[in-house]
Amino acid sequence: MVSRVNPGFRREIAKLGADERGTSEFNAEACFNCGTCTALCPLGYQILPRKLFHEVRLGLEDKIRAEIPQIFSCLLCRMCEENCPQGVHITENMRILRYLINRQEFGLK
Amino acid sequence: MPIPIAPILGIFADNVRKRGSVLPLSKRTATGWARGLNLPRGGKTVLYTGHMYQMVPAIDAMSFQLSLLENSFLTRFFGIGRLVNKFISLSFFMGLTASPKKQRHSDQVLRDIVELLRGAGVEFGYLYEDEFYAGALLYDDGLDDAFGEHARRVTAHLKKLGVRRLITVDPHTTKMFRQAYPHFVKDFDIEVVNYLEVLAEKHPPAVAAVSGEVVVHDSCVYARYENISEQPRELLRAAGLSVREPKLSGKATHCCGGPLESLFPAEAHRISGNRVDQLEAQGKNVVTMCPFCWVNLTKAAKDRLVVNDIATTLAACRRQAASRPAPAETAKPRVLQAGGAD
Repeated sequence: MVSRVNPGFRREIAKLGADERGTSEFNAEACFNCGTCTALCPLGYQILPRKLFHEVRLGLEDKIRAEIPQIFSCLLCRMCEENCPQGVHITENMRILRYLINRQEFGLK
Repeated sequence: MPIPIAPILGIFADNVRKRGSVLPLSKRTATGWARGLNLPRGGKTVLYTGHMYQMVPAIDAMSFQLSLLENSFLTRFFGIGRLVNKFISLSFFMGLTASPKKQRHSDQVLRDIVELLRGAGVEFGYLYEDEFYAGALLYDDGLDDAFGEHARRVTAHLKKLGVRRLITVDPHTTKMFRQAYPHFVKDFDIEVVNYLEVLAEKHPPAVAAVSGEVVVHDSCVYARYENISEQPRELLRAAGLSVREPKLSGKATHCCGGPLESLFPAEAHRISGNRVDQLEAQGKNVVTMCPFCWVNLTKAAKDRLVVNDIATTLAACRRQAASRPAPAETAKPRVLQAGGAD
């Protein structure tokens, strides 16, 4: 299976996080894929959040687009973030992804 | 078809821009709870409800209606619904189907909060119709452009009214003002405290006239965003109650499913059901601290649990203690009845 990669995606999303809104930076880089977040998620979704952040790092925009329902179903409850050994801003990352989707996919501002 | 995300979020953003709230409320619903309390209008320190308690019955009604449409062909027409909503507030009409019983409950919680703060000697005013929704749903759903505009509008309004200190009453409004507004509003300098912090700082004296046991359900936002988990326990113990902890509590609390009510109702019900099982293992009398937790757990528990807001429980203890008989007759503590409120 071939996946389209957007090498600029990471920078694009980092810019959205850091500059335009002035909130925390999208820091998926820190994730080392240990799976603590997935194990603790009350929703039990496998996609959230480590696989998703991995896709962001690789610039797999189409895959991220396919995960829109999961991205919007995150509870933002911070159970994952509270226990993340790398201190990834998981909930803020999810919010930044929502912001990106709202603007680029849904045309919402 | 699942409920389409874009039109629902579009309605939220349109409503805030046009009508000041994701779910516009009538003046009576928003401020009616304060009738007869003689709260001074405005002032430097105000109790700020952010309309959350008042709005929850309407959100619950809307979520029920959406759950009926989930996976039906009617979801295809949600885009048209958004268009119509720009001219006629559909969400306002959906809110009219809110349960009067739940509305009375929300109003009573706010009145109990006022009673507790006054009992602790705290002085504050209320903004009545000058109070606005803080924008939590916009922020959480990543509608940052609409949220930023709203946050700046609300802040300018508060500054114009001379407000310097907000006493918030729910976790979401607290988080908005303390964590989101400072990022979106330049030089946001209004002090924000939560009423549970204010009450705990007063170190209420322990009450011996009441006894009973409650299971505490922490709000995710209070526990993990706002570091408010010790204060409610301290207040409950001081009120004479013993506190039981569910399997997941404090910083490790389990979500009530509330954040998914508007977009994924079925999933929200599954999560609240899981939480009810955990709470039930520790007892029947459950205390919540957030209007969304209360409505979701009440719905999921049906008659398995008695769920009360912490303000209602603390106020009931206070009233029971105040009505205790002469000291000679107080050897045996009175047991707080399930339900808490008198």
